Amino acid sequence: MKPGQIAVVGAAETTKLGLIPELSALGLNLDAALNALADAALKPADIDGVAGVGDQPGWVASQLGIVPKWIDSTNVGGCSFMLHVRHAAAAIAAGYCTNVLITHGESGRSQIAPARYAAQPASLSGQFEAPYGTYAAFTMFTIPVLRYLKDRGATREDLARVAVVQRQWAALNPRATLRTPTSVDEVMNAPLIAYPFTKPMCCLVTDGGGALILTTAERAKDFPTKPVYILGSGESTECPMISVMEDFTTSRAFRISGKAAFASSGITHADVDHLMIYDAFAHLPLYGLEDLGFCAPGEAKHFFREARTAPGGSLPMNTNGGGLSYMHSGMYGMYALQESVRQLRGTAAAQVPDAKISLCHGVGGMFSAAGTIVFSNQA
Amino acid sequence: MPRTLPSPTPETQHFWDGCKAGELLLQRCIPCEKSYFPPRPFCPHCASRVVEIYPASGQATLYSYIINHRPRPDIGTEPHAIAVVTLAEGPRMMTNIINCPQTPEALVLDMPLHVVFAPQNDDITLPFFAPVDAP
Ligand SMILES: [Zn+2]
Repeated sequence: MKPGQIAVVGAAETTKLGLIPELSALGLNLDAALNALADAALKPADIDGVAGVGDQPGWVASQLGIVPKWIDSTNVGGCSFMLHVRHAAAAIAAGYCTNVLITHGESGRSQIAPARYAAQPASLSGQFEAPYGTYAAFTMFTIPVLRYLKDRGATREDLARVAVVQRQWAALNPRATLRTPTSVDEVMNAPLIAYPFTKPMCCLVTDGGGALILTTAERAKDFPTKPVYILGSGESTECPMISVMEDFTTSRAFRISGKAAFASSGITHADVDHLMIYDAFAHLPLYGLEDLGFCAPGEAKHFFREARTAPGGSLPMNTNGGGLSYMHSGMYGMYALQESVRQLRGTAAAQVPDAKISLCHGVGGMFSAAGTIVFSNQA
Repeated sequence: MPRTLPSPTPETQHFWDGCKAGELLLQRCIPCEKSYFPPRPFCPHCASRVVEIYPASGQATLYSYIINHRPRPDIGTEPHAIAVVTLAEGPRMMTNIINCPQTPEALVLDMPLHVVFAPQNDDITLPFFAPVDAP
């Protein structure tokens, strides 16, 4: 597949974000799907490929009356949607389908008909991790960070700075959940969730959804929306058990996915105008900047000490406010993709002037998976 | 409310039997001599099925951890550390650190630890780790 061969022509989030007790998890998928169809001026009958996590694409297709010729139900956690975009682009290029609808919806806060994810006692995670008290992301995703801080010469204040910068972006975004500016002191003195993480260093728990529609670049010209082209992509997995991650200071999945995204798109780091790095917790942008090659190991802390990713900085990152301040339903990858599309359409709340290339990097399942997409508004 | 306990499978039964008998059983590959964990009947480094089970030393160092501050009545008095240790033989495993204050000051990365077996019921004994200089 060549860079720019496939484009995003429909993109939308759920009508509301944050607290949506009137919709189930499936209902959030469908609300986002209807908004994306309206955005692209398509009817369900125009869609011939569907993607989403687990059993959701089957439900979405049947509820909307879509007859799929292609399905992807990849579920590797929060970056599943990056993988759906990558797989859908390949499927469209291969001629398996023409218009793909990717949906996400999660009742993270209201818990209306939510999907359940619990380690079975006979699974390897159930035998060798759960007995010691792991049960939610904040007890697993977080475990590598003390090793990272020690080996990389970073501090808890560096984690706090990530949260502070994300809030600066959220303050510019009317749809963000947390918009009040904060400080390193305030973040450091907030209640501990899992040492070394205080509450503002951990993602929100909210309700919401999002949907994307992809088609060929050739057909994209006939849509009412400004096409956002897929230049390149990558994906990988490591082990679903965090204790088996080979090096707690760097993610192998990040490195492989990022390298593939740069190679397939043919871009360099200097070409990236806008960056999204999935921030379920404050350490993830630090790992992401290093493992994607934006700096050498140990240097990511300087991006935050020098406010380089903040509004007005040289590398605008997580411009919606991120999982820490914008929203986080559980699988945040869809919202990062939506922000990349908005930035390249020129419709973001905190718009990066003249953004042409956006790199969107997701993480899944406690560092166990990664997906990376390079978008451009120029084919 | 008891803690979530493991259900052994045929691939892991020897490990849990070992814990019950007071031995930390690892596996290693005969051809390439590398140790590995969690259990499986083949080598993750070279895919050989010629592997053996052997008792590890029980010595380890503290690789990383978090201290959970959210309520977990099944685990006991919180806050409590959830840790990953590096065994002297190479592999890492998740565990809890006992006989040690659950504070950043007491839990120092790379500190030496040794295994302590803690029976949970008639079948399952969990391997915890304690500082080597703990009382
Ligand atoms: Zn071997």
